[in-house]
Amino acid sequence: MKLDEIQSNLLKTIADLEGTPEGAVNIRIDGSPVLRHSSPGIEITPKTDKPGFDLTVAPGSRGETVHVPVILTKAGLKDLVYNSFIIGENADVTIIAGCGIHNSSHMNSQHDGIHEFILHPNSKLRYVEKHYGEGRGKGKKILNPTTMVHVAEGASIEMEMVQIAGVDDTVRNTTVHIGSKGHVKMIERLLTHGSQHAESNVEMYIDGVSGSGQVLSRSVAKENSEQIFRAALIGRSDCTGHVECDSIIMGDSKIKSIPQLVAEDARAVLTHEAAIGKIAGEQLIKLMSLGLTEQQAVDTIIEGFLR
Amino acid sequence: MLKLNDISMVVGNDQGENREIIRGINFEFEAGKVYGITGPNGGGKTSLAKLIMGIYMPSQGRIYLQDKDITPLSISERAQLGIIYAFQQPPRFKGLTVKDLINIARPGIDNLHLRMTLRDVGLCPEDYLDRDVGPGLSGGEMKRIEMAQTLAREAVVSIMDEPEAGVDLWTIQKLIAVIVGRYKKNPRLTTIIITHNENMLHICDEVLVMESGMLVHRGTPEEIWPHIKDEIECKMKEQCSGDVAYEIR
Ligand SMILES: Nc1ncnc2c1ncn2[C@@H]1O[C@H](COP(=O)(O)OP(=O)(O)O)[C@@H](O)[C@H]1O
Ligand SMILES: [Mg+2]
Repeated sequence: MKLDEIQSNLLKTIADLEGTPEGAVNIRIDGSPVLRHSSPGIEITPKTDKPGFDLTVAPGSRGETVHVPVILTKAGLKDLVYNSFIIGENADVTIIAGCGIHNSSHMNSQHDGIHEFILHPNSKLRYVEKHYGEGRGKGKKILNPTTMVHVAEGASIEMEMVQIAGVDDTVRNTTVHIGSKGHVKMIERLLTHGSQHAESNVEMYIDGVSGSGQVLSRSVAKENSEQIFRAALIGRSDCTGHVECDSIIMGDSKIKSIPQLVAEDARAVLTHEAAIGKIAGEQLIKLMSLGLTEQQAVDTIIEGFLR
Repeated sequence: MLKLNDISMVVGNDQGENREIIRGINFEFEAGKVYGITGPNGGGKTSLAKLIMGIYMPSQGRIYLQDKDITPLSISERAQLGIIYAFQQPPRFKGLTVKDLINIARPGIDNLHLRMTLRDVGLCPEDYLDRDVGPGLSGGEMKRIEMAQTLAREAVVSIMDEPEAGVDLWTIQKLIAVIVGRYKKNPRLTTIIITHNENMLHICDEVLVMESGMLVHRGTPEEIWPHIKDEIECKMKEQCSGDVAYEIR
């Protein structure tokens, strides 16, 4: 795999990758796979009917980390990809995904990833996805991920989705189904600035007895950016669910936060907390009294909040 | 070291009337000394501390640090010159840990000193270093973390606003020992403790009593304590149904 400097920097930012990673990996650059390796426990095969891959983790396979980053450096490219992640019974793995776009042109670059996760009984997955854009051109950097998650009996997934900088437009749609004794924890971290627009729609169906689902979102909106966050928890059995969305609003930005609880079973216990507010003056004063400038204090508070 | 020259502060109330909450204070705090400030609630102790830190601006008067006029300086600038204020009610931060705050207070602090600082305020480093300074901490824990930042910073002027509030007796004794060991014996440092605690007041070289925005008495702890004892005990009983009376004896 030969990468130029822009490509290696993007890979480092979104997947913390330097050089060629060990074990299973799939790296997609400008619409085509450039590196694909399977490992004894994890098989990655291309889809035959459309762009994308099937990543299959063998039952009982434990402890591996697989990297599946995507980067876009060609302006004007619209990349659409379908990936399926099938986690076998009793397997336990970590998947590091992410998408980095470099666009210095005046044409838009767009990546739409359609991801499906199928967790077989008692499997466990940690999924980390970072979104990042860079480049000074007028061309927009657009990311529209669609994610579907099926969690079978006793399986659990922790998803961490982070979008820290440079993505102009994003609409994220996530649908989750949780079986009995299944657990889902979804963590979203989002920062928007300039005239960026970000929208996240989560629908989490807790179908099985003793299933549990959590959506934890923290976001910061700066300047003229806009954010919309919708999270619906649908409790369909003796289950628990919790949504928490907490936002810092700055400048002339706008944030709309809509947690929604739907109980379709009298035994469902669903809760939500939502808060939007500016940085408290006392917090700034406190950090300034420790020697930080006002700007450093603001940056420190935001960085901590989104960590 | 720190000189207050005819400091007054006027605030407006809801009715649009002006009220002078600090009234013509003249005082010079010397290096190498520990000062206590006490007096009834609402007397202006916290406001005076905030004036020194630059959180409030005086409507009249000047403040000098080591002969430099710091009256026009911002909070950050005063902090960089060596003033620190441990808040009476420290704010909480979502996402910043105890370790983060101490690192900001003392950039580059090594692990050993980081841990020592926490032990000095009665917190176990293993349990607290990575804790969020957020809604999960009690008031007493917040106060101790606030003190830890102040200790770590080793500023030339340290102002501690009721460090004993909500903190257990054992930790108060520990704090007193640390203040004696680190501040009282250091000829470079000036320490100002706002407190109602008898043991705290007794380690001070000089005690000031503030009432209605003025310094009404000054003297040694031995001279001052008998005059204020009854009033403080009585106030504490009123506010805490007697619980704290035991603590200040
Ligand atoms: N920012 C402010 N605006 C208006 N009034 C204030 C402000 N800060 C303090 N005060 C008032 O000034 C008086 C002194 O308060 P404070 O300095 O907190 O006293 P202490 O710390 O001695 O209890 C009180 O009556 C308080 O309500
Ligand atoms: Mg006070």
